[in-house]
Amino acid sequence: MSIPFDYETMRLIWWALMGILLIGFALTDGFDLGSASLLPFVGRTDAERRMVINAIGPTWEGNQVWFILGGGAIFAAWPFVYAVSFSGFYLAMFLVLAAFILRPVGFKYRSKRPDAAWRERWDWALFVGGFVPALVFGVAVGNVLQGVPFRLDSDLRSFYEGSLLGLFSPFALLAGLVSVAMLVLHGAGWLTLKLEDGPVRDRAQRFGQIAALAAFVLYALGGVWLATGDIGYRIAGVAEAAGPSNPRMTETVHAAGAWLANYGAHPWMILAPLLGLAGPLVALMGIRGRKDTLVFAGSSMANLGIIASVGLSMFPFILPSSIDPRSSLLVWNASSSHTTLFIMLLVTVVLLPIVLAYTAWAYKIMFGRVTTRDVNLNPDFY
Amino acid sequence: MIDMAVVELSRLQFALTALYHFLFVPLTLGLSFILVITESVYVITDRPIWRDVTRFWGKLFGINFVLGVATGLTMEFEFGTNWAYYSHYVGDIFGAPLAIEGLMAFFLEATFVGLMFFGWDRLSKRGHLLTTIMVAVGSNLSALWILIANGWMQHPVGAVFNPETMRMEVSNFKDVLFNPVAQAKFVHTVSAGYVCAAVFVLGVSCYYLLRGRHIEMAKRSFTVAAAFGLASSLSVVVLGDESGYALTDNQQMKLAAMEGMWETEKAPAGLTLFGIPSNTAHETAYEIKVPYVLGLIATRSLSGEVAGIVPLVERADYRIRQGVIAYDAVEKLKVNRGDLTAREAWERHKNDLGYALLLKRFVADPRQADDATIARAAWSTVPNVPALFFMFRVMAGLGFFFIVFFATAFAFSVRRRFDRKWFLRLAVIAMPAPWIAIEVGWAVAEFGRQPWAVDGVLPTFLGASSLTTTQIWATIFGFTALYSVLAVIEVKLMLATIRKGPEIYESYDGEPAPKRAPANTFTAIPAE
Repeated sequence: MSIPFDYETMRLIWWALMGILLIGFALTDGFDLGSASLLPFVGRTDAERRMVINAIGPTWEGNQVWFILGGGAIFAAWPFVYAVSFSGFYLAMFLVLAAFILRPVGFKYRSKRPDAAWRERWDWALFVGGFVPALVFGVAVGNVLQGVPFRLDSDLRSFYEGSLLGLFSPFALLAGLVSVAMLVLHGAGWLTLKLEDGPVRDRAQRFGQIAALAAFVLYALGGVWLATGDIGYRIAGVAEAAGPSNPRMTETVHAAGAWLANYGAHPWMILAPLLGLAGPLVALMGIRGRKDTLVFAGSSMANLGIIASVGLSMFPFILPSSIDPRSSLLVWNASSSHTTLFIMLLVTVVLLPIVLAYTAWAYKIMFGRVTTRDVNLNPDFY
Repeated sequence: MIDMAVVELSRLQFALTALYHFLFVPLTLGLSFILVITESVYVITDRPIWRDVTRFWGKLFGINFVLGVATGLTMEFEFGTNWAYYSHYVGDIFGAPLAIEGLMAFFLEATFVGLMFFGWDRLSKRGHLLTTIMVAVGSNLSALWILIANGWMQHPVGAVFNPETMRMEVSNFKDVLFNPVAQAKFVHTVSAGYVCAAVFVLGVSCYYLLRGRHIEMAKRSFTVAAAFGLASSLSVVVLGDESGYALTDNQQMKLAAMEGMWETEKAPAGLTLFGIPSNTAHETAYEIKVPYVLGLIATRSLSGEVAGIVPLVERADYRIRQGVIAYDAVEKLKVNRGDLTAREAWERHKNDLGYALLLKRFVADPRQADDATIARAAWSTVPNVPALFFMFRVMAGLGFFFIVFFATAFAFSVRRRFDRKWFLRLAVIAMPAPWIAIEVGWAVAEFGRQPWAVDGVLPTFLGASSLTTTQIWATIFGFTALYSVLAVIEVKLMLATIRKGPEIYESYDGEPAPKRAPANTFTAIPAE
């Protein structure tokens, strides 16, 4: 079978699909992470906390698949990225996995026993399951922007020369906080939509206001840092966009401010950071003006804009190496073969719409606000 | 040189996390279909007891399901964290089924499982049955895709090595999909899951029958489990994946090792029932053999030969020497992509490149290996024969036990004899058996693949990430601690739920629900 797109186009499509996947994850599971991070603070009694848990109870499991699919899709489309980043960020990955493992168990097992200590422990487990991934994902993105200390030998085996604590540089921490603020805001946006009027929702909105302000300020600060700090990489010479997937065939150099170069070359890209800045403000307006859908729309805009702006700033970089100019992973040198990208595109084009359709149906079935009455009476609730 | 301590620890961690994950998955695979059966009966007969039966097993399903999901997360990322070079080397092929698994199977089961638990009052009867079916289909599809991935490791078809990118790349995706080893493995593995669930349901039902509790529910569950279990146990043995073993050198090596067969016998070869194989003496002592049977099973013919271990090692020796030529060509092509002599040598010997890589365990550059080193590498293609020999017999023995066990259960259920105490007790005691068979079966399949990560393509020791032993010890410790705590909690909750027994549900919204129970027995349970 002949492949209708050339290799370069196919790689570009997959870069966009990865972005869509990541944004899909942030928009859906993002509010689960945010709600779980808020859980111990917005719910004071068991009944209040159960409102939060049941607001995400029926759908978090499907949402989490975006994360698993992210792992599988990176493996299939960008095997280098899968290999280098997960083995490099080894202990950080373990933290994320451990936190994610607590989530399903927390949701399911918390309600199995009535005693308060048992439930309190699971509440904190759920908090860890929401907060830790939110923070570590942001820290990871911060590290990727700064460049990661790895090199590839001539067999393309990867060697990582950093440490776990080395991941927590000031800039990476800032990125981590942006991620936490953005996801907590999104969680507050979801709880605004999903909970009946009452103290839990009020508290969620109060946290939402703080998160919105924090997301706006920290994200803007991140932008200033990229413009003035010593961060950024560019390609030295040419990168063959349709060349073989071998990172050692391209050379990259560290260049301060280079992450903003794309906005000069393609002014339309500025839309993404603008959306990232506007989103938190829109959400804030929604909370102030008691417009529930506006809150969630604003937090969604923030997720979309912030994540897209990272991808666009770095394009065509995926994972720059900070120690070896001939190891950086680019859209053009780190993908799967032309055939595999095409097969996976076909699979995605057929299956993703089906997934979206039944996911929408599931949300429709579970549509409506969670009420105190449900929590007290419905035997199906967590 | 490769740090073998890192390799061994990585293998240990993978084995621990995979074996643990696979404690929960088989029950999910089978129990989801048992839920489909009981709920279908409910929808067809409209008798509320079947709804209660479904919800009771559904509750146990849920407790088990979450741990399958939670521990599956680790598996999805562990190739990257601990087997980075493997991921690079075969990601072009191996990544695809994993991604498709997420898209086709995980979304399906995870989205519908939420509705299955939360949707009893929001969906019509048929609508709810549909969600249960989708959960079963989703979990079984996920088994299909992961076994397509695993089948490719056992029998890598439809892929070639590309010297420019230093990795295997897809040449024919259809071959990867319809890999005969993968198909056989799929049927074998899901059937094993069905057996597991049937033994579980039967065991719990017999516990109730022994105690004289929940009799009506237990009898119905007994009947369903007996029939489902009989069909599955026949399927798991008859459609076992032995048929795939004659395909390649490495699959043949696995078969020879399982049989402790050192020399090629005159066709058709005999099946060894018992013996004591030795990896150092290269012989199997005290053999008890049934003539002809192995040749018939493995080759499906009277004339097909089943190769012994020693001749297979000789073949490996030859292929290593050919592989060194391919290795040399790849090194030359790294320096000069246009080297035509190297390109030609590569084309002639490319199928043996993996064999040259076996030498990297002993020398940094395979081209420097002497005859003794090559002989060592050739013998390293022999897996742990005694371990495989005995584990295979445990698995197969349990397989035959399940057939007899379910045939007996089926006979009792047809004759409505639910009062045979000895059988009820046996069914309770037998509950751990399918887990033993399944874990041992995993070990036979994966130990039998050694020393290869991908048969004939990439040795396991080359696949590991460049980590330190401290890092891996930290995660082994972390996973073990986390998993142990969760295992204790899981088992406790399972036992508590079983002790409590099925509940009688009513629609809490006051919709027309079956009013069987006296009103005062209904209390809202602040749980699902």
